[in-house]
Amino acid sequence: MSAEIIHRLHFAFTVTFHYLFPQLTMGLALLIVVLKTVALRTGSPDWDRASHFWGRIFGINFVFGVVTGIPMEFEFGTNWARFARLSGGVIGQPLAMEGVFSFFLESAFLGLFLYGGSRLSKRMHWFSAVMVFLGSWLSGFFIIVTDAWMQHPVAYAEVSGHYEVLSFWQLLLNPWGLFQYMHNMTGAVITGSFVMAAVGAFYLLEDRNRQFAQIFLKTSVVTGLIASMVIIFPTGDLHGKYVAHHQPAAMAGMEGVFKSETGASLVLMGQPNEETGEIDNPIVVNDVLSFLIYGTTKAEVTGLDRIPHDQWPTALPLLFYSYHIMAGLGTWFVLLMMVSAFLLWRGKLFSTHGVLWALLLSFPLPYIANTAGWMTAELGRQPWLIYGLMRTSAGYSSMVSAGNGLFTLLGFMGLYALLGLLFTVLMYREIDQGLEPRPAAAEPVHSAGM
Amino acid sequence: MGFIWFWLVAVMIVGYVVLDGFDLGVGVLHLFLVRNESERQAVLRSIGPVWDGNEVWLLAGGGTLYFAFPWLYASAFSGFYLPLMIVLWLLVLRGVSLELRNHIDVGVWRTLLDGLFGIASTLLTIFYGAALANVIRGVPLRADGYFFLPLWTNWQPGPQPGILDWYTVIGGLVALVALTLHGALWLSIKVSGDIELRARRIVNPLWSALLGLTIVSLIATVAVRPQMLQNYYHYPFTFIVTVGVVASLVAIRVWNQSGQPVKAFLASCAFLFFMLAGACWGLYPTLLPATTSSSLDITLDRAISGHHTLAVGLVWWLFGMALAVAYVVFVYVRFRGKAELSH
Repeated sequence: MSAEIIHRLHFAFTVTFHYLFPQLTMGLALLIVVLKTVALRTGSPDWDRASHFWGRIFGINFVFGVVTGIPMEFEFGTNWARFARLSGGVIGQPLAMEGVFSFFLESAFLGLFLYGGSRLSKRMHWFSAVMVFLGSWLSGFFIIVTDAWMQHPVAYAEVSGHYEVLSFWQLLLNPWGLFQYMHNMTGAVITGSFVMAAVGAFYLLEDRNRQFAQIFLKTSVVTGLIASMVIIFPTGDLHGKYVAHHQPAAMAGMEGVFKSETGASLVLMGQPNEETGEIDNPIVVNDVLSFLIYGTTKAEVTGLDRIPHDQWPTALPLLFYSYHIMAGLGTWFVLLMMVSAFLLWRGKLFSTHGVLWALLLSFPLPYIANTAGWMTAELGRQPWLIYGLMRTSAGYSSMVSAGNGLFTLLGFMGLYALLGLLFTVLMYREIDQGLEPRPAAAEPVHSAGM
Repeated sequence: MGFIWFWLVAVMIVGYVVLDGFDLGVGVLHLFLVRNESERQAVLRSIGPVWDGNEVWLLAGGGTLYFAFPWLYASAFSGFYLPLMIVLWLLVLRGVSLELRNHIDVGVWRTLLDGLFGIASTLLTIFYGAALANVIRGVPLRADGYFFLPLWTNWQPGPQPGILDWYTVIGGLVALVALTLHGALWLSIKVSGDIELRARRIVNPLWSALLGLTIVSLIATVAVRPQMLQNYYHYPFTFIVTVGVVASLVAIRVWNQSGQPVKAFLASCAFLFFMLAGACWGLYPTLLPATTSSSLDITLDRAISGHHTLAVGLVWWLFGMALAVAYVVFVYVRFRGKAELSH
């Protein structure tokens, strides 16, 4: 394998694993604020205990997010040195701001939220939850700003061989970033809602923690329904139109449009065949793609035939599948949440086992959808590292050979396999423990010398 | 602007070492200082609410380095590839083992995780010291501004050195002892009972070792890189840094003996500050010296980002760090006092 491929896999693997944790913490941060607010306003101890339970889950995910996040910032330098040297003057800025503005905030108030219960007033405890939410959502913002500049470079100038910021506010308010941020954060809320709903459904099916399970389901079904609609319209719609406008090659790859056409049809399923330039086994709906992008069925959609072959997305089928998996799962989220919300309204959700099972089994799906969404964004950008400015093949560390890269990639794979295992055990224990008061901590006795 | 950002990055590094330093030191110490589970819990609870916040200084410092000196960031991070990856793995293992041990109450597993936490902490302090020594000694930079260091060559700090040679090993040992001492002083503030006494008692041998190692490392530094003294000769009043090193060392000893742990801990912070600031001043305005030829040094002027980037950065950086310091102080004040032994 070439060094380029290994460095790409290195980043892709570590960032994909990393993002399993922040997508839950960002979503849960909002839901915990909801739980805490209800607890504060009604004085209900059940809602407060529910927020503590999710605080513990948040805490574990936060630690895994931190330890897998540190390598991400390092990898810009270790594996992508030529890119870092060229772009540090621009994207170093949001990355440093993430550390300075959001991590200090988030970690300080999370310490207060988790450890400070007895030392803080109720209002102060609620305030810590809000600050944790603010910190985690700011953190997401700075990362999106970084990615948005790579997708759609704005507000930069080239000065003696590297890029510098021309306007700080234009960099932060890059329209690409704003669309992507709304879309991405809604995705995180979906993950948080589905996980909370799954735990609620699990407890009801197990017939324990009933009053808490109902709190979980009420909160998550309402939030989940709103989020799964917002992720399609307006956030997904706006983001998609912006991609079609600025990255026609990415859009053509996502939708599998080989030939430019007016009244382009939407491919629901199929397999893109790069050799013949056609979609094999397609199921299509006529005219819909033109309508979705341009608002009229007559508009012309640019196909890959108009794009020089050396600027085609490099992993075309993977891009196509990622996008279709994301969109397909998004449809399922709306359906499931609409049914659940209807039953909740009719007072039947807590006893409809079929739907509870569906909620329980659906919790992995938002993780898959969010991952597929990010793969769509990043594969669509290829073969560019900074769209239109720097090719991926020009960005990796030339001093780090393929063998060294492969060694550390395998190291990360082994280490993260272990982390995944430990994480699963921890989550199982926390959920199994539930909201019953903990049994008096069984202290193992080590009495060496005492 | 370059001068300001050089010292701002230095401040982030000092902040990281002073803060994460004590929880690393506690990680080293708990391997052999605690006698039973309740003591261990008290020791770990003393760092529980703060360790991840302390690690944020590493991230914020890395980000600041990235945008202020992109070339240094790119060259150093890819050149120190192998040891940095090991550092990352150790950071992952350390964080996870600390988190996990609080959720698992099976004795053998806890012992395993505690051991992992201690060993990862120990290796990290050694790597950090060796890293600083590598920067002082210099690296074999090529004409294109990049390099790649093997883990070791012939253990000599020559023109083609490795990550580890006799000089960088001394650096690693200084960091190990200094941060372990730092951790012991933190514990003598934060825990009570027998464990507090043992923490205070272990300060003395650590202090003697640190005194010896500090002297050896200063002599070795001048031998390996005589240019480190240029700035000092040029501005003789800056020799005050050495006075600061000596004074803070003495203060640690005196205040620990007289039972004033908070002052002793602050003296240890001052010691770390003077050691690091002294090294930075010796290097200035070089950021990463070349062992190959001094014309290939990565210097401040060559590596710094553009003026506008840095001018804007200064505004938000000062604002953001003022907020950050406010949170940090708030948290430490909220959690002040002893961590209780578990009932």
